[in-house]
Amino acid sequence: MTQAPLSAPLDIGFDYTRSLGPTLSRFVTGLAQRRIFGARGSDGRVHVPPPEYDPVTSEPLTELIELAHTGTVTTWCWQPEPLAGQPLQHPFAWAFILLDGADTPMLHAVDAQDVHTGMRVRARWAEEGGNGIRDIECFAPDAPETEPRPADELTMITTPINLHYMHSASPEESLYLRGLAEGRLLGQRCPVCRKVYIPPRGACPTDGVPTEEDVELPDRGIVTTFCIVNVPFLGQRIKPPYVAAYILLDGADIAFLHLVLGCAAQDVRMGMRVEAVWKPRDEWGTTLQNIDHFRPTGEPDAPYDSYAGHL
Amino acid sequence: MSIDVSIVSFAQAPNVRETHGTTNGVEMLVPTMKEALDRIGLSKKDIGFWCSGSSDYLAGRAFSFIAAVDAIGAFPPIHESHVEADAAWALYEAWVKIRTGEVDTALVYGFGKSSAGQLRRVLALQLDPYTVGPLWPDAVSIAGLQARLGLDAGLWTERDMAEVAARSRAANPAAQIYEQVTVDELLGRPYVADPLRKHDCAPITDGAAVVVLATADRAKDLCEQPARITSIQHRVESASLGARDLTASPSTVAAAKAANADGIALAELHAPFTHQEILLRQALGLGDEVVLNPSGGPLAGNPMFAAGLARIGEAATRLKPGERALAHATSGPALQQNLVCVLEAD
Repeated sequence: MTQAPLSAPLDIGFDYTRSLGPTLSRFVTGLAQRRIFGARGSDGRVHVPPPEYDPVTSEPLTELIELAHTGTVTTWCWQPEPLAGQPLQHPFAWAFILLDGADTPMLHAVDAQDVHTGMRVRARWAEEGGNGIRDIECFAPDAPETEPRPADELTMITTPINLHYMHSASPEESLYLRGLAEGRLLGQRCPVCRKVYIPPRGACPTDGVPTEEDVELPDRGIVTTFCIVNVPFLGQRIKPPYVAAYILLDGADIAFLHLVLGCAAQDVRMGMRVEAVWKPRDEWGTTLQNIDHFRPTGEPDAPYDSYAGHL
Repeated sequence: MSIDVSIVSFAQAPNVRETHGTTNGVEMLVPTMKEALDRIGLSKKDIGFWCSGSSDYLAGRAFSFIAAVDAIGAFPPIHESHVEADAAWALYEAWVKIRTGEVDTALVYGFGKSSAGQLRRVLALQLDPYTVGPLWPDAVSIAGLQARLGLDAGLWTERDMAEVAARSRAANPAAQIYEQVTVDELLGRPYVADPLRKHDCAPITDGAAVVVLATADRAKDLCEQPARITSIQHRVESASLGARDLTASPSTVAAAKAANADGIALAELHAPFTHQEILLRQALGLGDEVVLNPSGGPLAGNPMFAAGLARIGEAATRLKPGERALAHATSGPALQQNLVCVLEAD
């Protein structure tokens, strides 16, 4: 390999909406009211946050008990460089806090430079309520006393998840993507079954060995199968109805998904001959989006038997 | 009549800080599977059952293990399964599968590219998604809370923890982390998350591991010294962190008791933090006479979702005739779930 494989940042995120059930609904509603509830377990211990099911017997826990906003640090770990999404964005301590009235500790952040086991702390409340455990911003030795306030019952909660990766393409995919940047369609042949894959693969799915011998493919082929998209969706680039099709390039043994435009959707057929319509060269990158779409060539359709093995 | 199962081959990809490979692990798995099969003269078509352990959250993509199946060459269709956990639990499933009598060989593999994301933050997604996860407590910080509980209780000291690190780092010249270092030198290094120093935490590792299992009958023909699994047990603790006894590992104690894990000469423990090795030794009752983590263990290289399986492979490889070895794997925050596997040389 002469060049390192391509890589790029990949950020994924989703706001999970979670239904709460009876126990957690009371806990989360309580937090919105600036009240902290725990649950009494089968062995008499009071746990906070209230587990929905007993940690020992797995029985549902329904007896909730209101606890103080104050408690004692039972262990801590310093967080010198807070990570995205953590309760505080300046150095703080993670801690187990044994709330007054509870028998087992809860995990939260403590905003103090001199945190130590045995430190007395009090909940510091976020301005905005309704975000579950985040309604407590953190605990601190000098947090002000805060009175409960009214809030409606909560039965759902939103918990956003955002993750960041550096996504790597395989060496074979990188060859293919770099080819696209030059307007070339590069596949590779499996050394065992001799099939030509585009994109080439780190492992032939039949033989489990990397594809090897480079095969440059033409930018024309046939539609093997297709669907007419009639349903609008978020991020849609083209007004429905339009055709998403599997395109089998001449000389390839695997089809890929692309658009077929340039004719009415109802005129697209299995076996139809198509060719690539490239975007202007100055818009090319290491992406199959360099091909804007495929359009019919007007040549006679391929016979069914010639692509039956690719369906 | 119950069917005995033996380990007949083990191979692993180099443990490295970062590979150029994809998160589906194919680049690491293709040569590692080949090495494991070549060693015993089997081909892919000789394998009756395939089972893998990996994580979509680590890979940053849904159903990432499906792409890894390409490494097998899964046509004609194969008999395959997956666990979203360390592949030691995939081995457990394969062990059960062989004992049903349905197959007589199985290949188990685990893989992970931890370097693709921010590992300690990704692992926050193991936590209760309602009441704990939204705070994003990272894996290192949670381990730090556990470490200090033991420090405050006098169960271990920072020096004890550094001794574990010094031994692990000097154990294996082929490991990702290898250095000859004194305990005093380690204790002079700064905290990364007080009470943890860098050497208290397993490194970030990209890697993969493969173990081949066979019925004890077939194993004799496949390799000179198979390692028979005399027992394998796993137990889990409550998802409620505060309700757990974090300094005693009751799930390890229960698994070891069920597995009759006594008379052990060698142990490979899956402890990604130094204090957890001390805790596990106490829970397993392993004395000073037991050879501990001769591979260097996770503190010298910790390929996520493969490191537990690798403990089983490392123990099997090093087992001497007439001896018993113990391999341990863990999953979840602060040793929530623990697996104990006892091996004997056939």
